[in-house]
Amino acid sequence: MVTIENLHKKFGKNQVLSGVDLNISEGGIFAVLGPNGSGKTTLIKSVLGMVIPDKGNITVLGENIKKNSEYRHKIDYLPQIANFPSNLRVKELIKMIKDLRKPTNEDERLIELFRLEPFLDKKLGNLSGGTKQKVNLVLTFMFDSPLIILDEPTTGLDPISLIRLKDLIKAEKAKGKTVLITSHIMSFVEEISDEIVFILEGKIYFKGTIQKLKTKTNQPDFEHAIASILTDNHA
Amino acid sequence: MRSRWSYVYFAFYLLLGVVLLFLNNDLSKAVITLMNVIIVLVPLIGTIFGVMYYYNSQEFTELLLAQPIKRSSIFLGQYLGVALSLSMSLILGLGIPFVFYGLFESSAIWDFSLLLITGTFLTLIFTALAFNIALSNENKIKGFGYAILLWLFLAVIYDGLFLMTLILFEDYPLDKVSLIGTMLNPIDLSRTLILLKLDISALLGYTGAVFKQFFGTSFGLIVSFVMLTIWVVMPVLRIVFKSKKKDF
Repeated sequence: MVTIENLHKKFGKNQVLSGVDLNISEGGIFAVLGPNGSGKTTLIKSVLGMVIPDKGNITVLGENIKKNSEYRHKIDYLPQIANFPSNLRVKELIKMIKDLRKPTNEDERLIELFRLEPFLDKKLGNLSGGTKQKVNLVLTFMFDSPLIILDEPTTGLDPISLIRLKDLIKAEKAKGKTVLITSHIMSFVEEISDEIVFILEGKIYFKGTIQKLKTKTNQPDFEHAIASILTDNHA
Repeated sequence: MRSRWSYVYFAFYLLLGVVLLFLNNDLSKAVITLMNVIIVLVPLIGTIFGVMYYYNSQEFTELLLAQPIKRSSIFLGQYLGVALSLSMSLILGLGIPFVFYGLFESSAIWDFSLLLITGTFLTLIFTALAFNIALSNENKIKGFGYAILLWLFLAVIYDGLFLMTLILFEDYPLDKVSLIGTMLNPIDLSRTLILLKLDISALLGYTGAVFKQFFGTSFGLIVSFVMLTIWVVMPVLRIVFKSKKKDF
């Protein structure tokens, strides 16, 4: 599905990624974890072509992403911070993104799911953080793409929306899609992901199931397993 | 944001055109006054709007970047959106009052069209330069600062330096140097082009005669337009080039 080879990226003097090799197979939910500033978002943005790597190769569904924009038809991306043009209305934004990609009716179901009807005529600048995130989710999930990338999808969501989001992600997985998630909410990751990828100091530190991580670190539960990696490497 | 401000800009030119015609009561005199305004104002507005638009739409740009659209089309689209709407405001805002005043029966029509053409060129050039500055500077304050400095340099300081060199080296033949110096600055080039077209080159003395010989001919006119086109193409190419390498 996604193959990353020897990926390097530096921002000024700050080496963020130093030789990431990662192979994401088709189908399933993969969680990308790591401490703040470990390069999770950079990794994801490299896959999307928003960050241009210094070195390395990325292929998505067999297509090299260099100098290519067509492959993004196959990716749904949820950005970390929902920064929308504040003078647009929710309805206009949804329509515009549909015009850019392809017609779909899925948005109506999602708008209902997240109870967004009362906000459709409001301007994006006047929405609360959580509501913006819901709009963000609608924009991401309304296209039926084989690869879904979610950068911190839980930010600002209330408990009921969180449950709906989990159901939504599980439903996408059941359709055989590949989902890539970053999150700092460990319980969310533990509940939802099939496999985790742990990034530390610009490299892949661990890749495998949660069970494997627990055995490797000798910790009974997931949260402590992650914490033990961090303390071992930063103490 | 873009549309609201371009209406204001349009209304400003409309007002300017009407007032000038009313006060001067003569088409060609109004054209000369307009030239003085356009030569300074158009680059300033192009620069400020270009930088402002780029920074204001940054969030939107990021949203578009994740969509299946080529980077060059995103940035060229934004550039053309700003530059063309500014040009439209200029052409329509000035054009409408002049047409109502009887432009088509007047002899000033060529001078006036030349004015609008150079005005459009200046808009295209300075919006492109502004986009270049904004693309290279993450920091908005710095970007604005550089953009204003660029305008100040080309509109005011360049002339000063140019005159100083001419005075310093007055013992040497300077026709060629001053010609080239004029060619290298789009604002100076536009000014000279219009002044000579308006046939007031006698005011410029000996250099005026040399200039008249050059710019007055069709060869000179073509060379000037080629220069203006280069001034548009170079920054636009840099927009494409730079945007391909930028991280978001």
